[in-house]
Amino acid sequence: MIETRGLRKSFRTGRRRKATTVEAVAGLDLAVAEGEIFGFLGPNGAGKTTTLRMLATLLPPDGGEAVVAGSDLRTAQAAVRRSIGYVAQGGGTWDDVTAREELVMQARMYGVGRAEAQERATAALDAFDLTAYADRHCRTYSGGQRRRVDIALGVVHRPKVLFLDEPTSGLDPQSRAHMWDEIRRLRAEGMTVFLTTHYLDEADALCDRIAIIDGGGIVAEGTPAELKREIAGEVVTVEVAEHAAKAAEVLAQQDCVRSAELRDEGGLRLAVDAGETAMPRIMRALADVGVELTTIELHRPTLDDVFLTRTGRSLRES
Amino acid sequence: MKTPRDTWLVFQRHMLLLTRSPLSILLGVAQPVVYMALFAPLLKPALASMGADSMTDAYRIYVPGMLVALALGGGLYVGFGLLAELASGVIERARVTPVSRVALLLGRALRDVVVLVVQAAVIVLLAMPLGLFVHVTDLLLAYALLALITLTSSAVSYGIALKVSNPNTLGQVVNNIAQPLMLLSGTLLPLALAPLWLRRVSDWNPFSRAVVGMRALFAGHAGDASVWQSLALLAGVALLALAWSARLFARSVR
Repeated sequence: MIETRGLRKSFRTGRRRKATTVEAVAGLDLAVAEGEIFGFLGPNGAGKTTTLRMLATLLPPDGGEAVVAGSDLRTAQAAVRRSIGYVAQGGGTWDDVTAREELVMQARMYGVGRAEAQERATAALDAFDLTAYADRHCRTYSGGQRRRVDIALGVVHRPKVLFLDEPTSGLDPQSRAHMWDEIRRLRAEGMTVFLTTHYLDEADALCDRIAIIDGGGIVAEGTPAELKREIAGEVVTVEVAEHAAKAAEVLAQQDCVRSAELRDEGGLRLAVDAGETAMPRIMRALADVGVELTTIELHRPTLDDVFLTRTGRSLRES
Repeated sequence: MKTPRDTWLVFQRHMLLLTRSPLSILLGVAQPVVYMALFAPLLKPALASMGADSMTDAYRIYVPGMLVALALGGGLYVGFGLLAELASGVIERARVTPVSRVALLLGRALRDVVVLVVQAAVIVLLAMPLGLFVHVTDLLLAYALLALITLTSSAVSYGIALKVSNPNTLGQVVNNIAQPLMLLSGTLLPLALAPLWLRRVSDWNPFSRAVVGMRALFAGHAGDASVWQSLALLAGVALLALAWSARLFARSVR
């Protein structure tokens, strides 16, 4: 449904002589299948929004090619526009207009007739649980309601592909869960959803497949389960009162520990094969050399561990 | 057929928004009323040099000039509204749809024309009991000329807003364009008093021609050459301004 090859975009910052070129997206190869929720996971400034804006015809690429919903992005922009929906991170509604008026107008901008636009607006309001506020001005909506209006606007013309830029950014947990359900429902209706997120749990729980992007390029791609499986085994994090370096040295020599590294924020991160049996041994080894243990924690690999392995940084920190 | 339909769609939306903020309509009309009230007492003595012997003569010189100033000045400031729309994301939302790019500009510019025509009607109505008299057909031609001026000034303002993207810069650029154009068109102060070189410069200002045409219409000389000349000239200028601005709307950058 979406295929890109070598998609590139760079921006010039600063004035004439001092101008420097920043490569926002550096040769992106992507393939998104029909009917899947594809997630673009990465820190702020990784090139997520730039990629999305290019695929949604808002930004001309500097190079590379892309086919979106069967149409060439460079030569058939009008055809691409007809088959996609795009919801920007900040949304985009007029304050003094009602959700119903916005939906009718949006459908009409896609060439839909007046009567049918009314019908579609009513159906969209119903589908997104907005009927109760349909005739109130957009400025009165809560964050979650406003976000649902944004997404309803993005799909009122029934696109094949929906682009969502940070769909749950800034929402409270309940609204987020609600939004996830809405996105899953769109997939069930056969829509392909391409979203960006910097939330690990969102990428993990909502997306069928994800691409991890950093510095304008893809560093890993696959289903969340596949990606986590690459990080074989489990992770034990240990905090000690003092002598962290010595502790790392001792623990690295243990048979059950595959690798031990000091973390910037203090403590140690240990890769182990089987956490349950390794933990008692780790504790004993530290006691033997007289290093006092303050906390010890076992966790299954997360997407953050995948990011850490590929980039050397934690997504939480960047 | 797509562009007229889409233009109508964008125009309707902006008229709806206009009715939803009654304060802005009120303020828009208040300005010309204040002008009339404060300038009227000064008119006759000030315009005596242009051959105004009565209040009717004075209004026939002053009102057309003020209307041109309003169309020019009012239109040049509409870009601020567009900057707010850009920030809110509604422009981006429209750009993802297949809606005609020209319609995004035309729908807005036509809304500006409606606002101006309403303001101009208020001014003319107010000036009538004070002694202004003008034929309906002449008045309609005058409104056509005002509409062309507004299309030009608002298209230019939208174009600048799309280029500078910063309200402070927009304000400065617009001021620097508006002031010389206003002074050199003899809208408020008659250029008859100006030295020769200044009059020569103002001959190159299409809005100065418009003021001459407007004054001819208000004096009841619809057949005067300056009328059709100014209409043709402003139609050309408006087309150029719209074409330039529409190109900026069509660009997908930003």
